Amino acid sequence: MNKFAISDLRVTYSDDVEALHGITLEIPANSITVLFGPAGGGKSTLLRTLNRLNDLSDIKSVSGSASLVNQDSSQLDLLDPKLDVIGLRRRVSMVFARPIVLPMTIRENLTYGLTLAGERNPGRLADAVERSLQKSALWDEVKDRLDEPAVSLSGGQQQRLCLARSLALDPEVIMLDEPTSGLDPISTTKVEASLQELKENYTIILVPHSIQQAARTADQAAFLLQGHLIEYTEGKELFLNPHDKRTQDYVEGRFG
Amino acid sequence: MTIRPNSSSARRNLVQTIGFSGLTVLAILTVLPIFFVVVYIFVKGISAISLDFLTGFPTDGMRSGGIYPAILGTVILTFGTAIAAVPLGIAASIYLSEYAADNRWTRMIRISIVSLAGIPSVVYGLFGLGVFVLFLGTGTSILAASLTLGIMTLPVVISTAEEAMRAVPQSFRVVSISLGGTKWQTIRRIVIPQSVSGILTGVILGLERAAGETAPILFTGAAFYLPTLPTSAMDETMALPYHLYVISTQVPGMPSSIQFGTALVLLFLVLSLNLLATVIRSRARRRRMW
Amino acid sequence: MTRANLDYRLQKLLDEILALNSMVETATLQSIEALKNHDLELARQIYYGDAQINARRFELENDCMITIATQQPIVAHDLRLVASILEVVAELERMGDYAKGIAKICLQIGNTPHVKPLVDIPRMAEIAVSMLHRSVLAFVQSDAETAREIPKEDDEVDSLYKQVYRELVSIMFSNPSTIDQANYLMWAAHNLERMADRVTNICERAVYVATGQMKEIDVSDDEGTV
Repeated sequence: MNKFAISDLRVTYSDDVEALHGITLEIPANSITVLFGPAGGGKSTLLRTLNRLNDLSDIKSVSGSASLVNQDSSQLDLLDPKLDVIGLRRRVSMVFARPIVLPMTIRENLTYGLTLAGERNPGRLADAVERSLQKSALWDEVKDRLDEPAVSLSGGQQQRLCLARSLALDPEVIMLDEPTSGLDPISTTKVEASLQELKENYTIILVPHSIQQAARTADQAAFLLQGHLIEYTEGKELFLNPHDKRTQDYVEGRFG
Repeated sequence: MTIRPNSSSARRNLVQTIGFSGLTVLAILTVLPIFFVVVYIFVKGISAISLDFLTGFPTDGMRSGGIYPAILGTVILTFGTAIAAVPLGIAASIYLSEYAADNRWTRMIRISIVSLAGIPSVVYGLFGLGVFVLFLGTGTSILAASLTLGIMTLPVVISTAEEAMRAVPQSFRVVSISLGGTKWQTIRRIVIPQSVSGILTGVILGLERAAGETAPILFTGAAFYLPTLPTSAMDETMALPYHLYVISTQVPGMPSSIQFGTALVLLFLVLSLNLLATVIRSRARRRRMW
Repeated sequence: MTRANLDYRLQKLLDEILALNSMVETATLQSIEALKNHDLELARQIYYGDAQINARRFELENDCMITIATQQPIVAHDLRLVASILEVVAELERMGDYAKGIAKICLQIGNTPHVKPLVDIPRMAEIAVSMLHRSVLAFVQSDAETAREIPKEDDEVDSLYKQVYRELVSIMFSNPSTIDQANYLMWAAHNLERMADRVTNICERAVYVATGQMKEIDVSDDEGTV
C-alpha cells in the first residue's frame, strides 16, 4: 500500500528558481524510501512539501499533486491551501540534519509536541515519554536523567532524542533529512538500526548523507538530480544495476 | 628554507607589551570618571542620609527635613512609565521580530523607532505638555508624566526586546512548527520564555533612564512642593530629579549636604536598577539551556 | 579524488587477467605441442609451471579483495566487475589445470608411438584457445555483443570431441593393447572440451558485467538427447 502519491509536482521559489521539475513517484507505506543525489537536487524541497514546512519559505508556486494516503485509503491533498497543516505535521514528522533539541529538559522536549496538541494528562504524557524513548533506543541511557537539560546529552543522543520527540506524537510518517551527518559512526549505526525496526510500523523517508548510507538502508531509492527524478526503483536493484547512466556515474562517485 | 621575519622577536614582544599596557590604561581611564562621580557624591552627601531624611517631608522651604515625597513620586512615575511602555513595547517587538515581513513598511517602522530614541528629552516634555496636558486635557498629572516618559522609553524597550527575541535561534521555531505548533504557540512557549531575560534587562535599563529624567516631567506632572502625597493618577507629584534641580538652583541657603544627599539617593536608585539588570542577565546566562 | 584510485586499481586487475590468460593459453598450446611431438622435457616444464599459474591466481584474488575492502562504496558496474573477476580467475586456473593434465598425459604416454595421428585433438585445442582469447578480451573490454556470440563455436569443439571419442573407441575395440593410451588421449580431449565449456562461463560473466543481466548462454546441442 502506498503512503504518498505524488504526480508532476513542481515547486518554484520566489527568486524564480525551480526546485522541482515535475516529480512523479509513489512512496510505499512501512518501508524506507531513500531520496539521494547531489546538493541542490530538490530532496529537502520535496520533504518540506510533504509536511508543508515549505509554508515557512518563500515559495512562488506549487503545481501538480501530492497526496497522503489515509488508513482507509482516502487521500488527503497536501497542496490544498485550506489544509489543516497543524494536524498534518503531527502525522508527518521531521528530523533535521543537526540535532535541534529545544531549550528544555529531556522530558519537556518529548512532551512538547503533545502539550501543543492539548494533551495534559500526566499519565499519558509519561507513557509517551517512555514509549518514544524505547523506540529510539534511548530509554536505558536517559531514564534516570529525564529532568536534566537536553543539551547535556551527546550529539548522538540528542539526535535520537529528536527522533523520540517525533515518535511521541505517534505519527504515520517519519522524514529524516541527513539525520546522521554530524554524528560519529556508532551513533549513526544506532540510528540506522532504529530505522530498520521502526519501518514495521511507520513510513520512513530518508535523505542520506552518503551513498553508503543510501545503499545500506534503502528499500526503495530515488535519485534526484537538479530537481528531476532520474531513477526510482528498489534499493538493491539501483545500487547493483542502475539503469540510467547518470545514476550509475553518481553512485560510482564520478561526480557530486 | 626557514622564513625569516624582518623584526626580531624581542622587538615584537615589546610592541605587544606597549600595546596591551596602553589599552589597559585607557580602560582604567574609562572607569575612573564613574568612580569619581560616585565617590564624590557619596562623600558629600552621606552626612545627610538618615531615616528621617528618607521617610520625612521637607520642611523650612526644603532646607531641612526629608525627601520622602520625592522618592515616592519617582517610584510612582517609574511604575507609570512601565505600564505605559512595557506592554506596548513588547507587543511591538513581537510584531517586528516574528511577524513583520522585510518590506518598505517595516523599514519605515524601524527608522521611526530609531529616530524616536534620538529625540531630546525636553522635546518629549513639550510634546507631553501639548498633547496630554493641554489637548487631551489631563492637566499636569502623574498620568501625563507617565505617558510622556513611556513614549520616551518605548524605543529602548522595543530595541532590546526585539534583539533578545531575534537572538533565539530560528531552528527552535522551525522545530516547534514541525511538531504541529502554531506561530503564536511557538512565540508563547519558546521565543518569549527564551528572551525574557533580555527583555527584562532592556525594560529595566529603559526605566532607569526614565527615573532619572527631569525635562519630560517638568511640564507634565512634576511639582516643586506638595504638602500631601498624591492620591490619584490625576494628581501632580514630586520627583527626585526635579527636586534635585530645584534645590540646587532655586532655593537660596540650601545646605549642600541636602543637595548631595538627594543626589546620592537618586544615584543609588538608578544604580540599584542597573545592578538588578546585571544580576538578571548573569543568572539567565547560567541557566541557559542552549 | 578516490574515483581515480579505483579506476587505476580496476585497470590493473584487468591487465592482470590478461596476463594470467596469456599464461593459460601458452600452457594449453604447448601441452598439445608436447603431446604431438613426444616432447617430455616440455611436458615436464608445463607440469611444474602450473604452480606459477596458481600463484598468480591467488595474487589476483587478493588484489580483488583489497580493492573491495578499501574502495567504498563498491556499487553497480564496479561491483559486478570485481565480483566477476574473481569468477573468471577461478575459471582460468581450472583451465591451467587442464593444460597440466594434458602435460601429464604426455608424460604417461612417454615415447610410445601414437595409436592414431593426432589431428582432431590439436584442432580442438586451437579452437578452444581462440575462443578463450576472444572471450577474455570481450570480458576486459565489456563487449557484451561479442561475448554472446562466442559460445556458439563450442558446437564445433563438441562435435570434434564426439569424433575423437568414436574413433578411439573403435581403435580400443579392435586392438585391446591400445586401451591405456587411447584412454589417456580421450582424457586429453575431454579436458579440451571442458575448457571450451568454461569459456562459455567467461562469456556469461562478460555479459553480466556489461549489462547486469545474468543469463545462461544456452548452446547445448544435446538437449534433445537427455
